Amino acid sequence: MPTTYQIVVCGGIVPDPLQSLEPVMGPTGPALKNEMMLPSVLDPWAWHALFEAADLAKRHPGSKVWLVSMSPKAKLQQVMMGLAQKVPFELVVVDGPASGFADAVETAAALAGAIEGIPDLDRSKLLLFGGWQSASRGTGAVLQMIGEILGIDEQFQGVDKLTVDDSGGLEILERIEAGAWQKSRCAGAPAVLGWATGELPEPPNNPQIGMQNMRGIMPALQQAKPAALSGEGLSYDSVESPKQRRETRVETEMDADAIADEIAAWLKG
Amino acid sequence: MSDTSLPTLPGDDVRQIMWRFSDRFDLQMAVQSARGVARGTVARLVADGVRNTHEWNDEKGKLLTAFDESGLTSLYMDVEQGGFIEGPKNMAMSLVAFELSWVDAGAATGSLAGNLALAPIHEKGTDEQRRFYMGKALPPQPGEDRVPWRGAFALTEPLPFVGVDTGVVGGKAKIADWPEGGEPVLQIDKRGRFITNMDFANFVTAAVDSDDERIKGTFMVILEETDPGTFDRGAPTLKLVHQLSSTRDPVFSQQVPASRIIGGYDVVDGVIVPKFNHSEVIASVFHRTRIPVGLMTAAKLLSAVEPVIRYQRSRFHGGEAGEGSPRYDLGLQVNEDVTHRLIDVWATGEAAASVGFEAARQADIFDPVEREKDRICAEQGLTGRKQMMALRKKEPEVLEYLDLLYTDEAERDAARFADLDADILVQFALGDARANIMNPAVKLWNTGHGATMMREAVALMGGYGTTEDCPGFLPQKWMDAQLEATYEGPEAVQRRHLTLGMTSRIFRHEVDLWIRELEAQAGDGYGAKSLAAGFKLWSWTTDYLQGHNDPDGKKLYHGKRQAVTFPLADAICWLLSARSLVQDSIELKTKGAENPVLAESLDAFSSFYADLCKLQAARAAGEVSRICADLVYGFQESADEADAAEFAALREAVDRSLAGTELARDRAADALTHIMIPEALDYPA
Repeated sequence: MPTTYQIVVCGGIVPDPLQSLEPVMGPTGPALKNEMMLPSVLDPWAWHALFEAADLAKRHPGSKVWLVSMSPKAKLQQVMMGLAQKVPFELVVVDGPASGFADAVETAAALAGAIEGIPDLDRSKLLLFGGWQSASRGTGAVLQMIGEILGIDEQFQGVDKLTVDDSGGLEILERIEAGAWQKSRCAGAPAVLGWATGELPEPPNNPQIGMQNMRGIMPALQQAKPAALSGEGLSYDSVESPKQRRETRVETEMDADAIADEIAAWLKG
Repeated sequence: MSDTSLPTLPGDDVRQIMWRFSDRFDLQMAVQSARGVARGTVARLVADGVRNTHEWNDEKGKLLTAFDESGLTSLYMDVEQGGFIEGPKNMAMSLVAFELSWVDAGAATGSLAGNLALAPIHEKGTDEQRRFYMGKALPPQPGEDRVPWRGAFALTEPLPFVGVDTGVVGGKAKIADWPEGGEPVLQIDKRGRFITNMDFANFVTAAVDSDDERIKGTFMVILEETDPGTFDRGAPTLKLVHQLSSTRDPVFSQQVPASRIIGGYDVVDGVIVPKFNHSEVIASVFHRTRIPVGLMTAAKLLSAVEPVIRYQRSRFHGGEAGEGSPRYDLGLQVNEDVTHRLIDVWATGEAAASVGFEAARQADIFDPVEREKDRICAEQGLTGRKQMMALRKKEPEVLEYLDLLYTDEAERDAARFADLDADILVQFALGDARANIMNPAVKLWNTGHGATMMREAVALMGGYGTTEDCPGFLPQKWMDAQLEATYEGPEAVQRRHLTLGMTSRIFRHEVDLWIRELEAQAGDGYGAKSLAAGFKLWSWTTDYLQGHNDPDGKKLYHGKRQAVTFPLADAICWLLSARSLVQDSIELKTKGAENPVLAESLDAFSSFYADLCKLQAARAAGEVSRICADLVYGFQESADEADAAEFAALREAVDRSLAGTELARDRAADALTHIMIPEALDYPA
C-alpha cells in the first residue's frame, strides 16, 4: 500500500525583504514602522517548505497539504492571491501578529492548537514542515516547540532534502556547519522538518490551482480566530536592525574566481 | 490611532478599493500573476538589453512561456474554454496590461495581441470557430503534450490602405473554387503592416474586401500557416519602441474554405453574404481594447514615482555631506521644485489610472448588455436603421433612468428605477453613450498627455534619465508612450470619435448630473468645486459653439471643423480623468475604514489623495478655461456682450475655485519628503 502523508506546513508572513524595515517601540511593544502598509510575502523558509510539501504530496497520491499560518488575516489575504496559485493546499488561519516580536512559546501554542483542530488529521501520517529560520526575527524555536506540544520527537532542522524509500522510511539531509550536510534516517511519520532552502524552484503561477485553493481560503480567512497571545513574561529593552551597510560596486570585467576570492578575503577579515 | 503623514506608497489594499476590485479575488490573482511575470521575466529581458533588437529571438520567446505558465494566455478565455475568470474580461485585461506596463509595455502589447487575434472569433465567430481556435490557443494543461497556437490580428495594411481609416481595406477575396453543392474555396490576398505576434503566429484573423461579384462586401477571415499558398511573415518592423513585442509586415496569398469567414455566411442568390462585415467585427473588438492601451501609459507614470524619489534622495550619497544632514537624507528634495514636479507626474498617473479603470468597469457591465441587446434585436428583426430608431425612442427613458440613478435611493421611485434598470435597450443606450466618451477619452488623454508627463518624469532623473540603465526604465517608457498614443487608433481618430459622442443628449444629461453631484461634494476638499465649474464652462461652450457660426456664416461645431471640435474633445478628457480620480479618492475614504490593514493610515492616504485631486481638478479646470476662451473668442471678430458676460462669469467661477490649490501642492510635495520607500526597486534595472 503506498505511503500517504498529511503534511502541515507552518508559515507566517513577513514584510517583503526589499522594504525598509525600521523597528520602532510602540505602545504594546516593539513593531516595525508602517508595518501594516508594507507588502508582505510568505516567510521565505516556509515558502520553500510549502513547495517541498506540495511536491512530496504529488509524489505520494492521497497525501494532503495544509498551510497553518499565524498572521494578520487581512494581510494574509493579499499574500494568498499570489501564493494560492503556486501549489494546492488547504489554509488554516490564526489571526495574530506577524512582526516577529510575539512570544515564541505562545506562538507555538497557538499554532499547535490550530493543528490539533484540523478535522480528521491522522497524526500517524503527520509531517510537520516549516522554516528552520524566519525572516521576521528568527528565534528558530517555534517549529521545535510545536513538535514538542504535539508529541513529535523526530525533529530535523536545516533540511535541504527529504527522500522516502520504498518502505516509507525517511532519509533527510540537514545542514550542519562548514557547508556540510548530515544524513539522517527515521522510520517514517510523524516527524518535524524545519526546511532550509530545499531543492525546488518556485513553481509558476497556475490560476486554475489558485481558483481551486480559493474556495477554501476565503472561508478560512473569514473564520479565523484571534490568537490568544497575552505577551506576559516577555519584554524587550530595545530593538534595532542589524548594523550593515549595503556597499554596491559594479564590476563588469572581473571573472567569477576573482569575485569569489575577494569575497572570501573579506569574510576572513 | 491614525497618523496623518503618508507612510508608504499606496499598495494593493489601496488600489483594490479605489479601482473597485476588493471583492474579486480572480482579478487579484491575475494581478499577482502579471506582476510576477513583469518584475521577473520581463524586467530581466529589458535589463539585459533584449529590447535592443527588432528581431524576435529565443530570449523574447521566454515571454510566451511565462504568459502561458502564469495564466495570462488563457486570461481572455471563458471558463468553459479553459480560462479562469467568469464573465467579461475588460477589467482583467486592463489590470494585466497595467501590471506588465509597469515594467515594459511591449510585453503588455504582446500579451494583448494574442487576445486581439482571438477577439474577432470570440466576439463574432461561429460556435465551431470559437471552440476550435480557443481550444488550440489554450496552453497545454497538466498531462497534455502539445504546443499552443498563437494568433495575430491583421487589419493594418501598407499605405494607402487601411490604417487611420479602417474602412479602406486593400486585402482582397475571390472565389477560387466552388464545387457543386460543396464549400466554396476562397483566394485571400492580404498584405499587413505593423502586425503584432507575426513572428510566431500560427493563425491570423485578417480583414479583406470582396474582389468577386459572388462575394458581398468586406469580412474577416481566419488564415492558418499551413493553408495552401503563401504565408510570408514579412520583414520585421524597425520599431524604436515596444521591442519586446513581435511586429512584422506580412504577405498572405492563400486558399481557405469559406467556413473560415468569421461568423459564417449565407448564400443568397448565388452570392456569399458574410454574416458580419469587417467593420462590425472590429467595432466589437476595438470598442474595448483601447482601454488597456490607455492604462499602459498610466502604469508608466505611476511606476516612475518610486525610482524618482529614490534618485532624488540619494543624489548626494557618497559626497561630503554626512548621514543625518539634510543634503544626505533628502538630497534633491531639499528643493521644492523637484517634489512639486513629481507630484504633477503622480497626479496625472492617478487620474489616468482612475479614468481607465472606470472605463474598464463600465465595459464589463456593458458587454452582457450588448449581447442581450443583439439577441433581442435579432428576435424582433431590428437591424440597421430600424435598430437605431428603436434605440433613439428609448432616449427619454434613459434620461429618466439617469435622473433616478443620481437621486438618493431613499427618495427615488424604486419600482420605476427597477423597471428601467431591467430594460436592456435603456441600458444599452446608456452604456453605448458612455463608452463613446470614456473609451476614446482614456486612449486619447492617458497616452497623449501621459507621454508629455513621462518626459517630465525622465527630466526629473537628470542625465540618468537619458541612459539605458536609468532605474525604472523611464526613458524606454517615455518612448513607448508615443506608440501607445498612435496604435489602435491615433489621437485624431479618438478626437473624431469624441466629436460624435460628446454632443449626445444622454452624455450631456449625465454631465449635468455630475455637476450637481460635484457641487454637493464641493466642501470635501477634493477639488470638486473646480471640476463642477470646469464642466459648467465646457457645457456652456459646447452649447455656444453648436449654436453659433463664424463671421462667414459657417457652423462652428462641425465634424470638418477640427480646430473647434478637437480642442473641445481634449477639454472634456481633462475633466473626465480628474472626475474619476475624485470619485476613486472618495471611495477610498469611504470604504477604506472597512479594511483593517488601512486603519492606521487611512487618514494619511485620504488627505494625500484629496490634495492630489485638488491639484488635478484645478489643472483640468484651468486647461478647460484656456481652451474654451480660445474657442469662444477666437472665432469672432468681436464678442457679443451678453455672451461674453455669461462666459466671463463661468470663467471667474473656475478661477475662484482654485483657492488653496497651491497649498495642496505644498502639502502633497512635503509628503514626498517623508514617505517611506523600499530599499530597492523590486525589479532589475
